[in-house]
Amino acid sequence: MSNTDSPFVENPLGAIEEAARQVNICNACRYCEGYCAVFPAITSARSFSEADITQLANLCHNCRGCYYACQYAPPHEFAVNLPKALAEVRQNSWEDFAFPRALGRQFHRSGAAIALLAFMAFAALFALARFVSGVGDAQGEGFYRLMSHTVMVSIFAPAFILPMLAVGVGLVRYWRATRPESGGSRWLHPRALALAYQDAMTMKNLGGGHDEGCNFEDEDRFSNLRRWLHQAAAFCFILCFFSTSSATLMHYVLDWPAPYPIWTPPKVFGVSGGVLLTLGSFGLAWLKTRADRDLGDGRVWGGEMGFVLLLGSVGLSGLLLYGLGSTPWLDVLLAVHLGTVLALFLLVPYSKMAHGFYRLAALVRDAQRRIDRGL
Amino acid sequence: MQVDVAVLGGGNAALCGAINAALAGCSVLVLESAPKPYRGGNSRHTRNFRCMHQGPVGPLTGAYLEDEYFDDLIKVTKGQTDEILARKAIRESEACFAWMHTQGIRFQPSLSGTLSLSRTNAFFLGGGKALVNALYRRAEQLGVRVRYQTEVTHVDMRDNRVAEVVFTDEQGAENRVQPRAVIAASGGFQGDTDWLERAWGPGAQNFLIRGTQYNRGVVLRDLLDQGAQSVGDPTQCHAVAIDGRAPKFDGGIASRLDCVPFSVVLNQNSQRFYDEGEDVWPKRYAIWGRLVAAQPSQIGHVIIDRRSLNLFMPSLYPPLVSDTLEGLVEQMGLPTGASLASISAFNAACANDLSGFRPTELDGLATRGIEPAKTNWARPITEPPFYGYTLRPGVTFTYLGLKVDQAARVQMQDGPAENLWAAGEIMAGSILGQGYLAGFGMTIGTVFGRQAGQEAGAYVKHR
Repeated sequence: MSNTDSPFVENPLGAIEEAARQVNICNACRYCEGYCAVFPAITSARSFSEADITQLANLCHNCRGCYYACQYAPPHEFAVNLPKALAEVRQNSWEDFAFPRALGRQFHRSGAAIALLAFMAFAALFALARFVSGVGDAQGEGFYRLMSHTVMVSIFAPAFILPMLAVGVGLVRYWRATRPESGGSRWLHPRALALAYQDAMTMKNLGGGHDEGCNFEDEDRFSNLRRWLHQAAAFCFILCFFSTSSATLMHYVLDWPAPYPIWTPPKVFGVSGGVLLTLGSFGLAWLKTRADRDLGDGRVWGGEMGFVLLLGSVGLSGLLLYGLGSTPWLDVLLAVHLGTVLALFLLVPYSKMAHGFYRLAALVRDAQRRIDRGL
Repeated sequence: MQVDVAVLGGGNAALCGAINAALAGCSVLVLESAPKPYRGGNSRHTRNFRCMHQGPVGPLTGAYLEDEYFDDLIKVTKGQTDEILARKAIRESEACFAWMHTQGIRFQPSLSGTLSLSRTNAFFLGGGKALVNALYRRAEQLGVRVRYQTEVTHVDMRDNRVAEVVFTDEQGAENRVQPRAVIAASGGFQGDTDWLERAWGPGAQNFLIRGTQYNRGVVLRDLLDQGAQSVGDPTQCHAVAIDGRAPKFDGGIASRLDCVPFSVVLNQNSQRFYDEGEDVWPKRYAIWGRLVAAQPSQIGHVIIDRRSLNLFMPSLYPPLVSDTLEGLVEQMGLPTGASLASISAFNAACANDLSGFRPTELDGLATRGIEPAKTNWARPITEPPFYGYTLRPGVTFTYLGLKVDQAARVQMQDGPAENLWAAGEIMAGSILGQGYLAGFGMTIGTVFGRQAGQEAGAYVKHR
C-alpha cells in the first residue's frame, strides 16, 4: 500500500490519467501482447479516452504477468505497474457505477463493514426464528420448524431481486461509460456473447497465454492454482442455482418440501457446490495473504478479504448445517448460514462480487471489438 | 567459499552457462553486478532470438535454413565475421528453441508491428525480462547460488589459469573466491561512458544507452589487460536511432522511433544528411544510430506532417506539434530560415503525383534533383499540423570483446586459457564485426552460454 496517499488514487480522473500514461508506454513496447486480452486491445488503438481506459481496466483480470515481465516496472523511472493502475481505475469505476453510489464505496473498502453486515443479518434471523412466534412451521421438517418456507421466501426473494436490479443499473452505466468514441457496430453480436462466456468459463485471461496460469502467490512463478480456486468458487454459483431451481420445482410442482435426501438434485448440487465454494474461497483468501499487495488496489484489500471470507463462510456454514442439522446446533447454524447468504445477496452490487458482472461485460465489449475488426 | 564454477554476469548467456554447469553436477555461483530488479543485463530488454529451423516450429513460420541465415549475417556485417563461430551459432540455434522451452521460457507469435520477423525470430512470451525470470527460477531450482549487487573487480590470471576472482559484495566489502572454472558473461562496456568517449571522442557523452547501466566492461578490461586476445573495434557497436528524450540508460524498446521513412531528417545545422527512405525501417534503424552519431551534437530532427502521423508504431513520448513549420522548427531549437529552406528544397524535389505512395513497401516514390535523394515514400511536408521528434544514437552493446574458440574458451596471447570460457556480448564481436542482425545477440548468448556451461562442467568433473 505504498502510494495509496498519492493524489491520483483518491481522484478518479487522476487514476484514469495515470493508467493512460502507462498504457501509452505499453503501446510503444508491446512485449506483453501474449498474456491476455488487455494488450491486443491496447495495440489496436493509438490514443485512449476515459471510456477506453475504463474498458481496459475491467478487462484486466489482475493476473500480474505483465508486471513481473515489465522492464519498466519500479524502480525504473517509467514506474509501470499496470495491474495496480488498472485495479485503481476498475475500483473507482465499480464505486461510480454502483446504485446507490454511497453503498459501493463503504463495502468495497471495508472488510469490517462486511463482517458487521453479516453479523447483523445473522442476529436478525436468529432472533426472528427464536423469539418471534409464527415464524417456524410446526408441521414442517428440519429447519422449516424454525423458519417456514414462506418466511424464507419473503425475506430472500426481495433480498436477491433488488440487488440484482441494482446490478442491472450498474451494467447499464458501465455500458454507456465504455462506449468507444470510434463507435463500432451498434448491435451486440451473438458471437460476442458466446466468446465472452467461453473466456469466462475457462478463465482464459488467468492462463498467462501459455495456459500455465498467472503470477500471484510466488512472484513470477506461473501457476493455475488461483485460476482453479476461482473457478471452484464461481462454479458453485452455477451448482447452487441448479440446486435452488430444482428444489423450487420439487417444492411447488411435485409438492415435495425439504428436507431432501442426499440423492436428490437439490442436495447433489448444493453439497458439491458448498464444498467447491468453501475450498475455493478459503483457498483464494490464503493466496491473497501471500500475494504482493502493491500490485492491486491497496484501498480495498480489506474489503476484498472480507468478501472472500464471507463467501467461504456461506459455503462452510451450509455444509455444517447439512452435517449437523439434526443436532442442537441447528438453530445457530441455520441463522449463520442464512445470515451470511443474506449479507452476500445484499452485497452483490457493492462488493467484490460485482466484478463478475463487469468483467463479463468487458469481455463482451472486447469480443465485440474483435468481431468488428474481423479478428 | 567453495565453488566449482563462478559465472561472472547475470544475463541470458550467464544463466545458460550456469544452468548447464549445474546440470553437469557442479556447484555454481552467479555474480550479478545489478540489484535484483535490474538483473539480467541487456537480456531483460530483448524480445526474441533468431532461430534456424527446417520447417514451422512453435510460433515460427516457414523454414529458415543455415545458408539464408548466414547470408543475412554477411549482408549486415559486410563479411566482418568469424565464419566458424558464426555457423556454429546459426546451426545450434535450432536446438536452442526446445532447450529454452525446457528451461521454462515460453514463446509467442511475433508482436504486432513485427510481421517481418515472424519467420526468422522466435519471440519470448512477455519479452526478455520474462525470459530472465524463467532462467533464474530454473537455475535456483538446480541449486545455483545467485548474488546480486556483486561487482567482479579482478579475475586473477596465473599461467593462463584463473586462480582467483575478486568481487565487492552488497555491502561494498571485498571478497575472494577460488573457483575451479569461470565463465565470463558480463557483457560489453557501453555502460562506461568514459570508455565510450575514449573510443568515439567527446560526442559519445551524448549517446544514450538503451540497455543496462551495469555493463561497464570491468571484467573485459581486466582480462584484456592480462593478455586475453581481443576481437573487434572499440568504435563498433549495435546502435540505433532512438527518441532523443529517452533516459540515459534502460530506455529499452519503447524508446524506438519508426517515423524516419516518412519524414525529413535535419541535423543541428538544418541540413539533410542521408536518404530517409532508403529501405524499410527494420532494415535501416541500425545504421541510423551511427548516422546520427556522426552529426553535430549527435542529434537528428525528424519532421513529418499530418498525413504520416499514423503510419508508424506509437511513440513513447508525444511528438512536438505546431500548425506551422516555423513554429515547429523553433520548438526544436533549429535556425528558422535555414530549416525552412531545407524543407522547401525537399518539398520542391518531390513528385507532383503522389498516388504511388505505399507505406508498407518500397514504393519508389523518390525526390529528383536533390542531394541526398530520398528514394522511397518522398511526400512533401505540407499538411499541418506538423510534428517533430528528436533522434539520438542509442547504444545497445559494444563489440570489442574477448577472442574465443568453438568451445567458447578464452584465448590468451600465448594459448587458450585453461579454465576460462566466455559467452554473450563479451565475445559477440567475433561474429558481429559490424552491423546488427535482429535477435542474433540472444542467439550468440544462448549458444555460447550453453557451450561454456557444458565445457566448464566437463572440465570440473574430469580434471
